[in-house]
Amino acid sequence: MKRKKITVAVTGLNNIDNPGPGIPVIRGILESKFFDARIIGLAYENLEPGIYMHDLVSKSYHIPYPTAGSDILLQRIEYINEKEKIDILIPNFDAELFTFMKASEELKKMGIKTFLPTLTQFEERQKTHLPMFGKKYNINVPHSRPIFSEKEIYELNRDFTYPLLVKGKYYDAEIVYTPEQAKLFYHKISGKWGLPIVIQEFIEGTEVNVVALGDGKGRTIGAVPMRKQYITDKGKAWSGITLDDTNLLRITRKIIKNTKWRGGMELEMIKTEENKYYLIEINPRLPAWIYLAVGAGQNLPEALVKLALEMDVEPFKKYKTGKLFIRYSYELLCDITEFEKLAHYAEL
Amino acid sequence: MVINKKIAISETGFIFNPTTGDSFSMNPIATEILEMLKKDMREEEIKNALLEKYDVNKSILQKSYDEFIDALRKLNIIE
Repeated sequence: MKRKKITVAVTGLNNIDNPGPGIPVIRGILESKFFDARIIGLAYENLEPGIYMHDLVSKSYHIPYPTAGSDILLQRIEYINEKEKIDILIPNFDAELFTFMKASEELKKMGIKTFLPTLTQFEERQKTHLPMFGKKYNINVPHSRPIFSEKEIYELNRDFTYPLLVKGKYYDAEIVYTPEQAKLFYHKISGKWGLPIVIQEFIEGTEVNVVALGDGKGRTIGAVPMRKQYITDKGKAWSGITLDDTNLLRITRKIIKNTKWRGGMELEMIKTEENKYYLIEINPRLPAWIYLAVGAGQNLPEALVKLALEMDVEPFKKYKTGKLFIRYSYELLCDITEFEKLAHYAEL
Repeated sequence: MVINKKIAISETGFIFNPTTGDSFSMNPIATEILEMLKKDMREEEIKNALLEKYDVNKSILQKSYDEFIDALRKLNIIE
């Protein structure tokens, strides 16, 4: 079969100890038997390793941070598109998704397709809205609430017991055992990601995650559950294994059906000793461990590209359980001239 | 007492529970007991087979057997 030539722009090339999903998404797309993809890397920093992985990324460009606003971002994408003729753009950072979702119509006018959640879907699954999400879709969620000032920490014992979780609005979470610890992480996390900080009830159990893809009409195109086998000091999976957990898949399908979820997602859940499941977070994109799903038989990045191109996609029916991933570190060597070119011209 | 249908047990005594992701390595005697359980052998039959094969006191065998079965149950390997 002759593979269809496409150009895909991808962010999240920070394949570091706390990796972005860009490189594993790219690996999935490049393994497609259907597409012959050329990958364009979109990077925020000069040292994002993916920029220098020339076997995976054909060319990379600097793009402005989302805080610069969507107009500046669109100007830059327009310039890149003139040179590269991008077919599909896959943003992979939580913090940039809102900007890309808002810009999706403008991108469409440039001929660039995306397959992202709607603004409503994105907003209602925010950590700060999780209790309402649980109520609306009849899903167990831990008790939580956003706080906006340090003073509120000392009032938490009215409706929380320690230990509890202090979470950033985009990233980072810490278990704390005292108000003093809560105060410490309130400042540490809000200093990095801003306010509010989310206070969440600590549910004891095993964390289990699911990567899934919704077609925007209520159908689950694919879903693979995973348990972290080993975690880094940042709480990120260093190793994980696919699970055969029908309850977890049932909950995933229910969420996708009821929200009509569009795009990739990662569900983070806690399974208690009593086999009760609590949804603790929904990440509105494919996660950094997505390549495990590809290896287990569900190439969800490829399916996402098909959906973005408005092609018919049949839902995956199975995956391999007991498939394991182990991350590793690897020194990528490059010449200073490459770094110079990127720093000087903002492209490589 | 039935072995959880989803549990995978290799010849080397490696157990994998695909629902939880847990895995365990068993020693040769534990593997032997599990093999007998897989064949639907009853407790008395298993213990008699072990008494015949190994130089072990009956009461020590009973205690060890009960502890092992208890552990298998706690780990959801048997139901």
